[in-house]
Amino acid sequence: MDIRDTPEQAELRRTARRLARELGPRTVADLGDRRRNEALAKAVRDAGWLELRRDGGDGDPLASGVEAAIIADALAEVVSDVPFAGPILASDLARRAGVRAIDGAAIAFSPDLIDAAVASGSTTDTPIVAVDHAADGPVAAYVLVPDGDGYRLAAVEADGVRGGADLTRAIRFIPPGVPVRPVPGQSRRLTRDDLDAWAALGLALTSADIVGLMRGVLDVSVAYAQERKQYGVSIGSFQAVQHLLAESRCLIEGAFSAALYPAWAVDHLGPAEARAAGRVAKAYCARAARTVCETAVQVHGGMGNTWDCIVHVHLRRALLSSQWFGDDGEQLRQLERTRLGVPHGLS
Amino acid sequence: MDFRDSPPEAEFRSRLRAWIADHNPGLPVSSTDDEYWARQAEWHTALYDAGFFGLSWPSRFGGHDLPSVFDVILDDEIAAAGAPPRPSLGYLVQGITTHASEAVQARFLPGLISGRERWCQGFSEPDAGSDLAALRTAATRDGDEYVIHGHKIWTSYSDVADWCFLLARTDPDVPKHKGLSAFAVPMRQRGIEQYPLRMINGITREFGQVVFDGARVPAENMIGKPGEGWRIAMTIVSHEREPSEVGYVARYVKTVKDLEATVRANPGAFRSDQREAVAWAYVQAEMLRLHVRRRLSERLDGPDHGPGGSIDKILMTWVEQTVGASALAVAGSRAVVDADDVALKIYLYSRAQSVMGGTSQIQKNIIATRILGLPAA
Repeated sequence: MDIRDTPEQAELRRTARRLARELGPRTVADLGDRRRNEALAKAVRDAGWLELRRDGGDGDPLASGVEAAIIADALAEVVSDVPFAGPILASDLARRAGVRAIDGAAIAFSPDLIDAAVASGSTTDTPIVAVDHAADGPVAAYVLVPDGDGYRLAAVEADGVRGGADLTRAIRFIPPGVPVRPVPGQSRRLTRDDLDAWAALGLALTSADIVGLMRGVLDVSVAYAQERKQYGVSIGSFQAVQHLLAESRCLIEGAFSAALYPAWAVDHLGPAEARAAGRVAKAYCARAARTVCETAVQVHGGMGNTWDCIVHVHLRRALLSSQWFGDDGEQLRQLERTRLGVPHGLS
Repeated sequence: MDFRDSPPEAEFRSRLRAWIADHNPGLPVSSTDDEYWARQAEWHTALYDAGFFGLSWPSRFGGHDLPSVFDVILDDEIAAAGAPPRPSLGYLVQGITTHASEAVQARFLPGLISGRERWCQGFSEPDAGSDLAALRTAATRDGDEYVIHGHKIWTSYSDVADWCFLLARTDPDVPKHKGLSAFAVPMRQRGIEQYPLRMINGITREFGQVVFDGARVPAENMIGKPGEGWRIAMTIVSHEREPSEVGYVARYVKTVKDLEATVRANPGAFRSDQREAVAWAYVQAEMLRLHVRRRLSERLDGPDHGPGGSIDKILMTWVEQTVGASALAVAGSRAVVDADDVALKIYLYSRAQSVMGGTSQIQKNIIATRILGLPAA
């Protein structure tokens, strides 16, 4: 037992942080800088990070959930405005179906963002949502089609406008009536276990994303508390402010510890156990994220409530990462079912 | 990153599991019952004699020289069996191994680790709590001895202790942090009087007050050098704040398991807010279990005496108080109808966690200034 990063993981963490800090947005205005955004997207693609969960040739992914979580954490720290978890989750699910993911594909989710969308007809029958993909041009989004006691993958085209609360990751609504086209070459039917293992990765990546964005927003807030002066001294010298920031730091450390386990568990534990580990991490991270990001807004005072202050970008990203695969309330409800034997339908 | 047991770890785990199954004394939860403290020494020596305590400490003093992560296994198996937590005295071992001479280590560590000699910690005083360096207990040199006068408070287990790890002022003429020294003071002598304190949950065997009135300690029992007391105290409290050092996580995990079993027996009898309180307590306890794994993994290259223990202490406090509140929520009216209700006691005891070992406010001051780098208030 040694849950420290291996030397290779530590090096990946350093590299990913360096790259994200160099090319990620530093200000709200940077979000509109197309050249910077394209350079970041290219760097992420060239590093091979979008391919980590692709089939390595033997059915196993090229890299583990731990490596994927390390990058998710590093990118979120500076609210990187490039797709990462979306493509990773698409290629992970495609691998489980025994097919190579379509370039740039995302997964479509049910409108509550908890589960992959299911389509049973030749067109979509309910509104569904694609999450975290390229902001421009049409995008292929995978949906699940029931097949016997499992599912196979199909694709729909998502060409709506980019939207959503998160200013750094694209969301597209896919209306009912969009054609569902088959995805050829699938060698396996997706089972319940496949979907549990895949959801465990989703919980691990959204938790890691939250850990990263919390660390980033705390760094910004500590720097601001040192520089902002009132009553002739920096506001960071007041215990009332210090204690808020200290609590944030504690929440981040706890969230980091909780989030490491599902990232590892995805490749080493059974699907149900890995998903349960993901639920624990997600419940802790989602609650922590609200406190840490709201503290950041508060410490920035009036400035924190203006569009041009970066901290709401972290907060908005936290809101999407929390909802995606289910927020704290959803995870607790599921833990009640599995651990306390609470039957469905009991409210 | 690997959460799995190595082969030696797995072998240790299965041996430990079998031993606990046969030797679990089945004591009540430590925080709720004096019976626990009456029989804790027995548990300590049994655990030690079976080879399951002092795992990462030096073998020449009775430890086992094992990697730090073996304590994770000990906490896991204790929690799974609902056995009493490991004795929490690692912080004294850290203080002694870091600061004391080889002779002092050889004299005191074996008895401390084996449980044959019982220890208490004489730091706080009625007028020196958060401002520990303001302590006034005086140790005055008299030939080969020091003579102690002063009043210590919140002294856990002083009534059963053979030794007191005492922090006293040896030089009143230098700034307050520089005039302190540490001693191993024999407790069974004239000149020491004990007054138990009853905690808000009713237990009387944990906290005590100790009055030193002319008690004597040989000069050779000084731990570290004259004037080194503050540094030694800071080493000790930094570890006293770490759940990885004190092993409390086993207690939280056990309490959560008991709460889960209560609800599982009849889920429909509990409101959704009560069930959610238990699920959230589970999440908190799991977080701490994983956090301890991380901290003990980080210690594989040796202990770090830095301020990180303050973060651990806040996390541990949140967990203990979440678990305590969850016990209260599940008990509902039972906790107020029956004054002896265990959930009531667990809840009331949990309030002490944000005070003992340094208040949460002091921890946040330390985190803000020494970890975040904010200017001192």
